[in-house]
Amino acid sequence: MLSFHSITDSIDSWLNHTFSPTVALLLECTIVAIAAIALFATLGLVLVLMERKVAAFMQIRMGPNRVGPKGMFQSLADTIKLVMKEGLTPDGADKFLFNLAPFIVMIVAMLLLAPIGFASGFQIWDINIGVLYISAISSISVIGILMAGWASNNKYSLLGAMRSGAQIVSYELSAGLSILSIVVLSGSLQLSDIVGAQSNGWWIFKGHIPVIISFVIFIIAVTAETNRAPFDLAEAESELTAGFHTEYSGMKFALIFLAEYINIFIVCAIGATLFFGGWMPLHIGNWQSFNHIMDYIPSSLWFFGKTFFLIFVIMWFRWTFPRLRIDQLLQLEWKYLLPISMVNLLLVTVMAIMGWYF
Amino acid sequence: MFLKDYITDIYKGVKSLLIGMRRTGYYFTHHKEIITQQYPDNREELNLPTRFRGEVILLHDENNEHACTGCTACELACPNGTIKIITKFDVSPEGKKKKALDTFIYHLELCTMCNLCVVACPTDAIVMAQNFEHSVYDRSKLTKKLNKPGSKIREGIE
Amino acid sequence: MIEEIGTTAEGDLVINIGPQHPATHGVLHLVVTLNGETIKKIEPHLGYIHRSIEKMCESLSYRQFIYVTSRMDYLSSHINNHACAMCVEKGLQIEVPPRAQVIRVLMDELTRIASHELWWGAMAMDLGAFTPFFHAFRERETINDIMEETCGARLTMNYMVPGGVMADLHPNFQKRVKDFIALYKSKISEYDELVTGNIIFQGRMKDVGFLSKEDAISYGCTGPIARGSGVSCDIRKLYPYEVYGQVEFDEVLETRCDSFGRYLIRLREMQQSIRIIEQLIDNIPGGDFQAKTKAVLKLPKGEFYARAETARGELGVYIISEGGTTPYRIKFRSPGFSNLSALDHMARGGKIGDLVATMGTLDLVIPDIDR
Repeated sequence: MLSFHSITDSIDSWLNHTFSPTVALLLECTIVAIAAIALFATLGLVLVLMERKVAAFMQIRMGPNRVGPKGMFQSLADTIKLVMKEGLTPDGADKFLFNLAPFIVMIVAMLLLAPIGFASGFQIWDINIGVLYISAISSISVIGILMAGWASNNKYSLLGAMRSGAQIVSYELSAGLSILSIVVLSGSLQLSDIVGAQSNGWWIFKGHIPVIISFVIFIIAVTAETNRAPFDLAEAESELTAGFHTEYSGMKFALIFLAEYINIFIVCAIGATLFFGGWMPLHIGNWQSFNHIMDYIPSSLWFFGKTFFLIFVIMWFRWTFPRLRIDQLLQLEWKYLLPISMVNLLLVTVMAIMGWYF
Repeated sequence: MFLKDYITDIYKGVKSLLIGMRRTGYYFTHHKEIITQQYPDNREELNLPTRFRGEVILLHDENNEHACTGCTACELACPNGTIKIITKFDVSPEGKKKKALDTFIYHLELCTMCNLCVVACPTDAIVMAQNFEHSVYDRSKLTKKLNKPGSKIREGIE
Repeated sequence: MIEEIGTTAEGDLVINIGPQHPATHGVLHLVVTLNGETIKKIEPHLGYIHRSIEKMCESLSYRQFIYVTSRMDYLSSHINNHACAMCVEKGLQIEVPPRAQVIRVLMDELTRIASHELWWGAMAMDLGAFTPFFHAFRERETINDIMEETCGARLTMNYMVPGGVMADLHPNFQKRVKDFIALYKSKISEYDELVTGNIIFQGRMKDVGFLSKEDAISYGCTGPIARGSGVSCDIRKLYPYEVYGQVEFDEVLETRCDSFGRYLIRLREMQQSIRIIEQLIDNIPGGDFQAKTKAVLKLPKGEFYARAETARGELGVYIISEGGTTPYRIKFRSPGFSNLSALDHMARGGKIGDLVATMGTLDLVIPDIDR
């Protein structure tokens, strides 16, 4: 069967065969960069359309249905509109930081892509501290938001950025702790090892109650970290108009907007990798024949299926819940999520030592 | 006790959230509940109620005759000065002079569709029509002449 | 940016919420002094949609001026028109036929439900939940369709005229109203599932925007805001007009005094309105829908006052007549204006999120405040 693994291998061997290793490496880097940007562009288009359709159906309406069949090219049309618009820089803004911020937000999202395994053997960089890398890099995204809010010279933006700072810093703790529970169970920080550890069942099934708890905490924490409703206080449309990106327009706004969706994709991909086995098909213990049938479905489909399911869940949250207030947001983290995830981590550790998982 | 309250709080909170998600999930999966109308596409089957107030029209019958005597009751009833009636004097064959309608000017751009002119009309000459698509590129097109060219008053209307 | 506010201390942040802002539902301008996220002071600036309706009415006849009042509180335009028509009838001592009275009350209650529906959706949207807005519109559109069929318009109907109503009920009216009641009752659990029962929503609303009974009276609050603080002020109960004295309904009162109390009041008021409609819909008396009036109405010299309970509170219409065909002076006592004046008191000390929640429960319609 033609898999991503064999394609990448053949490209790699051909390049190394034709060029010197240095040139081959450079060419591979270029290909990866182009592929990453292409993935981002498609993801942006698909996810924006998906969000609008999900929202529409939950709100008993049709959603975009004019551009192309069933409105499929709506987000493309929106992108063209945004590209054509003038990117204003407000008077009195810190011009350098103001223009830099969208790129920081975007670059952080791109960096996070590196250790994610999209399919069996299809990974940009299988770094051995993958989980640590992800949690380290994702903290940088707050800098971009703070920069955008501060440099805009707008009070709404400033308030939004300050809220976002408090929010992301607090929710990182419980996100990290819930990720740690999987690290404890798998015994490795490398994402390919974590996926490999789930070849006889996903952690969400194997680790039963404690892992389910940490999965719930994870999904809440990453919703907050990506500034999505009900934790979209940094944008808080009805309070701060658009929060930290009030002053952005045109392509700079599009970059921030795109980065939001890319971030959702990435956190959901991480969630799928840690809790649902990444590209690993649904395997149940020693049922060899069942596992074999499941293997016929390509691993990339498994990965994207799981990721999009999690994205759907996050969108479901957004179109159902009202927004929290800033003090309630911090209360939820410090009074509920953090103590629970700490106790839960302890439980998982005990479980891992005693071998009380399947 | 504290722990019990803490856990009941969490349980109740999560339950209330799940109930909400069940409701939106229901609508996500039941597309027949969608109530939007696809407006420009459904123009043919768009049935507006007969009382819907879209614009004032002067009724003409098949002989190009209307019932307007030019009494200006509608002009007086209008709160916005939307209607302007210009009258003339018809001379009957017997040589009697009779007041008649010359031009019925209707400023759609000033009209608020309050229906007071239709109520005021003693001969039921004007009614509200259902047309609601009034957008034009030139404002002057909104000033309309309601009586058709060559039309005259119906026999027997005083 | 407005800097010259007396109490602004070093480190305070003055932000302008409005006139173009998603939370103000119109062109209301709030100058908010913040200390961090905490509100120190709110100063509403009015006048962005002032159209001098009171002055306009002075040059219109007693038949004509009623339609303008639809544009004040456009969500309860029927009730505005009703109050004006009642004031003119008081001056002319016209007896409204029983059929017209019942029709008027039915329309008023349908308007009240439609207005509260919109408020419910808009308030959920203020708190960040977008979906309820569309769900509320499903029921509201049904009412608008009923209105369109009988009155000829969806929002600014101009259906009430001095002496009765402009046209008789449409033959479909009773059936469609019954259909609406059935629809409303089948969807009533959704309100609780989506919004009322939600823990986030309750957290945002409870103990927020506190307004004590004494403060509610001294700020002149009326309608659901005052009733949310336990002040009995329903004009329909206290000074029954038309057939309100003959129907059974409860004046909904809450003693929570916070935003959640005011929220519950409106939800229950919708059910009381349904109750009134159910009592009347099968008992519409026959007869004329309009009393015989002269072609040109002339109010006798004197002062006339009529009031009605709109969806937002007490609307007073005060006409001074010099005996001519047009009023000498008209003054409207609009509920929104007095309710807005309590906002500073209610939101002070809260967070920006609380301000939005409190403002949502005030159910402000800006054209009603500015006129």
